[in-house]
Amino acid sequence: MSAEEREQITVPPDGKTLEEQPRWRQDFPIDWPQDEYVARRDFVKFLLLTSLAFTTGQFWLLGSSLLRRSDEAEEMAITQVDDVVVGGSLVFKYPQENSPARLLVRLDEETFVAYEQQCTHLTCPVIPDVERGELHCPCHEGIFDLQSGRPLAGPPRRPLARVTLEVREGVVYATGIEERTV
Amino acid sequence: MKKRSRFARSQRATIVIGILSLVVIIIVLQLWLFTATMNAYLGGDTAILLPAAIASLVCLGLNVGLLWYLYGLER
Repeated sequence: MSAEEREQITVPPDGKTLEEQPRWRQDFPIDWPQDEYVARRDFVKFLLLTSLAFTTGQFWLLGSSLLRRSDEAEEMAITQVDDVVVGGSLVFKYPQENSPARLLVRLDEETFVAYEQQCTHLTCPVIPDVERGELHCPCHEGIFDLQSGRPLAGPPRRPLARVTLEVREGVVYATGIEERTV
Repeated sequence: MKKRSRFARSQRATIVIGILSLVVIIIVLQLWLFTATMNAYLGGDTAILLPAAIASLVCLGLNVGLLWYLYGLER
């Protein structure tokens, strides 16, 4: 059998002869191997769009990081020291009024900590538990260390962004945001 | 007269499966790269963004090359 004759062979998907095929297949016989070849080739073409989407996403991240202003976190007064009791907390917006919510927690007479309020898993608001020294996310039971903002349990893998603080003359100031990956 | 492909049809079927497997592997690599980059970006680490974007572009180029080769088989 020559190579040209081999090219003409068409085999139905179940491997049986054309006479054994159901009527609808006999009525509309097609070149099945060529059909499979074209289907796979088109699937490769479709996957190329997925690849393009990932590449576009990468460049979108790069572009948005270039556009993000680096000097946006300026000093801002949050509250008077006496307005937050020991073990208490306060939600505030920083650095702008339309920024994501931040959480200020007073650990003891001298110590304040502040983090972004959104869990790094799926952005649910976290709740401080000063007695246990934890920040708790009720959505998926995520737990962060109150002292460092690092994840202790649950699905979150990234620490909460920390707001750096300064206490001067009885006023708590936010001085910057420290984003971290570990 | 139409020029015949240098590969038999059964060979082309094998080649398309091989290329499909390679493309899937490259896309999984791109998915991993995108996930890692997004994590770094959200954590404020921007140093990795440019190399990751270039790596992803190279992966896209490889995929385009493989598809180009696949269409070339029929010419």
